[in-house]
Amino acid sequence: MFDLQWLLIAIPLASGALLLIWGKESDRFGHLIGTAASAASFVLGVVLFAALLGHDAEDRSHAVSLFTWIDTGTFHVEMSFVYDQLSALFVLLITGVGTLIHVYSIGYMEHDERRRRFFAFLNLFIAAMLTLVLAGDYLVLFLGWEGVGLASYLLIGFWQHKPSAAAAAKKAFVVNRVGDIGMALAIMLMFAQFGTSAIAAVNAAAPGATDAVTTSLGLLLLLGACGKSAQVPLQSWLLDAMEGPTPVSALIHAATMVTAGVYLVVRSNAIFDASEVARTAVIVVGLVTLLAGAWIGCAKDDIKKALAGSTMSQIGYMMLAAGLGPAGYPFAIFHLITHGFFKANMFLGAGSVMHGMDDDVDMRHYGGLRKAMPVTFATFALGYLAIIGFPGFSGFWSKDKIIETAFGENLWVGLGALLGAGVTAFYMTRLMMMTFFGDARWKDDVHPHESPKVMTVPLVALGALSLLGGVLLVGDWIVEWLEPVTGHAEHHELAVPAIVLTLIITLVAATGVALGFLTYGRRPVAAETPADGSVSFLARAGRHELYGNELNEAVVVRPTRHLTRFLVWFDGKGIDGFVTGLADRLGDTSQLLRKPQTGYVRSYALTMFAGVAIVVLCLLAVTLA
Amino acid sequence: MTEYITLSMILFTIGAVGVLVRRNAIIVFMCIELMLNATNLAFVSFSRQHGNLDGQLAAFFVMVVAAAEVVIGLSIIISIYRTRRTTSVDDASLLKS
Repeated sequence: MFDLQWLLIAIPLASGALLLIWGKESDRFGHLIGTAASAASFVLGVVLFAALLGHDAEDRSHAVSLFTWIDTGTFHVEMSFVYDQLSALFVLLITGVGTLIHVYSIGYMEHDERRRRFFAFLNLFIAAMLTLVLAGDYLVLFLGWEGVGLASYLLIGFWQHKPSAAAAAKKAFVVNRVGDIGMALAIMLMFAQFGTSAIAAVNAAAPGATDAVTTSLGLLLLLGACGKSAQVPLQSWLLDAMEGPTPVSALIHAATMVTAGVYLVVRSNAIFDASEVARTAVIVVGLVTLLAGAWIGCAKDDIKKALAGSTMSQIGYMMLAAGLGPAGYPFAIFHLITHGFFKANMFLGAGSVMHGMDDDVDMRHYGGLRKAMPVTFATFALGYLAIIGFPGFSGFWSKDKIIETAFGENLWVGLGALLGAGVTAFYMTRLMMMTFFGDARWKDDVHPHESPKVMTVPLVALGALSLLGGVLLVGDWIVEWLEPVTGHAEHHELAVPAIVLTLIITLVAATGVALGFLTYGRRPVAAETPADGSVSFLARAGRHELYGNELNEAVVVRPTRHLTRFLVWFDGKGIDGFVTGLADRLGDTSQLLRKPQTGYVRSYALTMFAGVAIVVLCLLAVTLA
Repeated sequence: MTEYITLSMILFTIGAVGVLVRRNAIIVFMCIELMLNATNLAFVSFSRQHGNLDGQLAAFFVMVVAAAEVVIGLSIIISIYRTRRTTSVDDASLLKS
């Protein structure tokens, strides 16, 4: 039964390849094939999940090795996959949300003449992402890791005729390479230290390894996770990645791919459990990103970029939870899943709004859309209530648990996470008010309209999931479900009862909502973005993404460019100069030797006579002497 | 005796100078013959002086070789003349292109 898990990957992969090589005649139905492949994977995922539920808790990890990938001397890698509690949840999230987004894309990309290719890339992404989460070996995981990077690159730059999209795709690719260096080095270190890169073997060996090894492994893996999950300091690519079509932003840059870093940390839990330093680094990265993302989300007027800042921030929460050890892992995954629901929902909602607003992304041109787009508004509101943590919604349960666990770890970490919850409520309220409430600030020739059914049905499904995602926590189900993978957690007793903390969190979020409402709901919103000079320092920094790009430019790009220029100069003047100089001198010498070769018989004859004369003179000299 | 050798040297020098300065292939060719014959004269004179036949032998040898050389040389000149309508040796300088 579980040997069939390779089919999960093979179906979308085959479909993606088919769509890419099939000619123009598949333009008419290519999107249906792509959607069907994703749906087939989802159905298989559900069947496997149901089968897994039927097994005992100890018997829920099923490894399968397809073939030996590399076998040279001591270097041995199996093409192995593991279907266990953790990957089962991911399979459901990826294929489930993925299928909904496929359906949505049928409508969203309807007028794009390259729609078939778009679906091929989406399928490719699904296959790569499933490889990533099902991998039983870090090298196989790396294969999926690079695969999703490739799919992300192709899809960000899908509208490659726009220079900004092409540049954003390149930026995402390059920044991800920095993180991949960490991944690659970590895998090499595993080989060097443990002689294997099989995830189970590495996790088993990690507790016995020295501190230096686990700490470097943890930090290298964290670097990889930072690149893929857009965590500080490798966060700069995510906001630019919004250049891609909106379904891509929803699927790859919100719900699934960007959470791969969190998956990596949770999957490598033994390494992080063994190294206090690496674990603390994860917490710091998570906390910093959480606040930085929220800050950026408050200042952006581009609806997709505001949501992207929010995504960064929410992944910061997951990272933070993953850094809290076995107590936090289940909640990291729980928040990852609920976030997958409500953020995909809101991104698709934003796409629906853009669809009705002639692809305008500036929220200052929106306003009062709730009447024009009732379904989009209703589903978006569900996502909104989920992300701010409105009691009962999915985000309420997951964020509450993370903040609670953070307080159990450290007071300041907890306070940071609490502040983040307040800011989240503020910027989401701002987004909501600017888009759906207030006066209509539409451009004259724009006529907002509700999107077609094929787009609103996925919205409704995701809206329902945003509302109901919390059921995973009923009776601590997800904690017990994941315990065999992530390890048992000691229960921390908090200084205050959990219910009091929940109240405080809700109060902080309510304050954020109130602030947002007072600022953007009660007062009219300017139809044009205020100039940089007229806004506070906080807003200015947020607009410029906290000057992350400027920092990269100054610290990395410019020195590298100078170094390159020097190397080019040295190569041209130094190395090339020496070689070409040598050749030039040889050429000059041969020019001199060429002169006597006149081609006239007479001159050759003269040379001959001169030679003979010299020989005769020499003979005479010898004879007479 | 010295007179023969002097004559031989004068003839050889005339031939050598002719080879070097004249452009007409026929003249150059004749000058080469002149040099060969000057050598022959020297051979014969020395043969007479030393009283053995080695020199005369060499002279005959040179004559035979010269006869063969004339055949080949003249045919080369003729074929050059046929293709280029000239017998100037300076025009046949294709090696320096």
